[in-house]
Amino acid sequence: MNNDAKESATYPPRVIDEIQRAASEGIYAIRGAGAKRHVPSFDDLVFLGASMSRYPLEGYRERCDTNVVIGARHASKPIELDIPITIAGMSFGALGANAKQALGLAATAMGTSTTTGDGGMTPEEREASKTLVYQYLPSRYGMTPDQLRHADAIEVVVGQGAKPGGGGMLLGQKITDRVAEMRTLPTGIDQRSACRHPDWTGPDDLEIKIRELREITNWEKPIYVKVGATRTRYDVMLAVKAGADAVVVDGMQGGTAATQDIFIEDVGIPTLPAVRLAVEALQELDMHRKVQLIVSGGIRTGGDVAKALALGADAVSIGMAALMALNCNAPLYEEDYAALGTRPGACDRCHTGRCPVGVATQDPVLEARLDPEEGARRVRNYLSTLTMECQTLARACGKSHVHNLEPEDMVALTVEAAAMAKVPLAGTDWIPGSG
Amino acid sequence: MDVIDLSQTDVRDLNRRLQGAKDGGFQVLHPGGEHALAAGLTTPVAVTIDGHAGYYCAGMNQEAQITVNGNAGTGVAENMMSGTVRVRGDASQSAGATAHGGLLVIEGDASARCAISLKGGDVVVGGSVGHMAAFMAQAGRLVVLGDVGADLGDSLYEAQIYVRGSVVSLGADCVEKEMTAEHKTELAALLEQAGLEADAGAFRCYGSERQLYHFNIDNAGSY
Repeated sequence: MNNDAKESATYPPRVIDEIQRAASEGIYAIRGAGAKRHVPSFDDLVFLGASMSRYPLEGYRERCDTNVVIGARHASKPIELDIPITIAGMSFGALGANAKQALGLAATAMGTSTTTGDGGMTPEEREASKTLVYQYLPSRYGMTPDQLRHADAIEVVVGQGAKPGGGGMLLGQKITDRVAEMRTLPTGIDQRSACRHPDWTGPDDLEIKIRELREITNWEKPIYVKVGATRTRYDVMLAVKAGADAVVVDGMQGGTAATQDIFIEDVGIPTLPAVRLAVEALQELDMHRKVQLIVSGGIRTGGDVAKALALGADAVSIGMAALMALNCNAPLYEEDYAALGTRPGACDRCHTGRCPVGVATQDPVLEARLDPEEGARRVRNYLSTLTMECQTLARACGKSHVHNLEPEDMVALTVEAAAMAKVPLAGTDWIPGSG
Repeated sequence: MDVIDLSQTDVRDLNRRLQGAKDGGFQVLHPGGEHALAAGLTTPVAVTIDGHAGYYCAGMNQEAQITVNGNAGTGVAENMMSGTVRVRGDASQSAGATAHGGLLVIEGDASARCAISLKGGDVVVGGSVGHMAAFMAQAGRLVVLGDVGADLGDSLYEAQIYVRGSVVSLGADCVEKEMTAEHKTELAALLEQAGLEADAGAFRCYGSERQLYHFNIDNAGSY
């Protein structure tokens, strides 16, 4: 073999490119989106449809319910959702106002919730969203007690899957006058948010913080705790101990508008094992189905939704996929992708503020490319499709509610997935690590 | 003045009564270091807490005038929007964290991270403060009549800091600035509002050098 033209497995062209980029610029690569590396995922699980020993439900005739109640542990006003698919926290700033409005309108039309992000709540988002979850973040940008009271639930963000242990980032291109005013920052600076909350550290403090939030909101609002998937078993247990009504576990496939590439690719664990670890933690505390588990990070299809629920989640949350429904990475305005050094299908340039399809931008010209009503229709269609796909799988397994799906309904196609999800490898009764 | 005795009732009942009042005065007895005392008030009531308070006393205050005749735990007056909070004793860490408005006066000392991520409020400390004071403070003013620990004003944005005593060290991007006549005038007014006697001319002024506002590889060593 002629080795002169052979690419190195250790130094393939993309690695060489990155070394030379680092040598040129002297700073880590920053990008948006989630992990791009291959990780074991829900793709590696399949359902065992009903047959002789299980009876399916009629696909077009028998009910398969999808509703979920979140927050009844301590909140006097838990939220009731028609579908177990919510819209994840994404900030006004990272996204434009049209995108936030579209997500809110779509969530409202589907009877589910959407979520604020760093920088607080905009009036447009509140008006568009029947059920709005308010993120309580380390930066506390734009955070006011009035906004807490105007929310339907509060999500204390400890971390996110794209960057567990890291703070938010919003580069100067997106710090417009309005964003700057909302965050009490100078216009145009590169905002690097805190990674720890300013007034509590650790679960004992968090318990007291949650009690304060309840006192300020009259014990009405469900309080979620969101963690990036890392030491999931312990994090979930500690969140429950701290008094959370719901725990959000965000796997490493979860997206962001901007952070270091090394963070996205090299920190955290995939969503697949995180779900199982979280469910086991809740079961060990006898809190499964009492403290709701919301799972996010790479949820794309009704199959992903059904598999997360079958492993024991109460709901899922989608971020990147909802943006793709709004045309993120669509083959439109291709010259604008090229100007960013990328192409449709591979774009992760959210941090530049030059989003070709008007989703992750504050530029009024670009933002005009996204009509909120049309965007809402697309996201609504997408959420509706996910729901129908999930119901299809649940009925095929004989379930009259999607929450009746269970691990026993699935097998794994790979040894890794079998070990992570603790379901048998297909064609065997072998679960790696279990006896 | 209404008297609420926390040896006879609980924090939920206390806060429900305070949050439901439009005005008037309240005296809180036997606070016992309970957390979230007088949190989430929204009206110009006057509340006096006779004893020590736990975490997040006067948290997210709006309009109320709250006095603690004792010490206060972590996060006193955190995220305050308006009103006045006065601690006659010492305060634990993160006093006045992220406060958007209002005035927090600590007559004694304050611990670490005092005025962290301040967003427009004023924090005046009669004694000394610990390390990382005014970390990432964005707007507002921190005044310290005593001494300051390490890394004052690290990653500071547009908040203003006045110190009369010594400073162990300045944090990244925090620099001493000229104490102008305008600074002295506004500081004197703030000290008067806080009810603390001190000569504004004896203070030094610190602010952001604004060198870390944008990514610049040449600043990497500053972090």
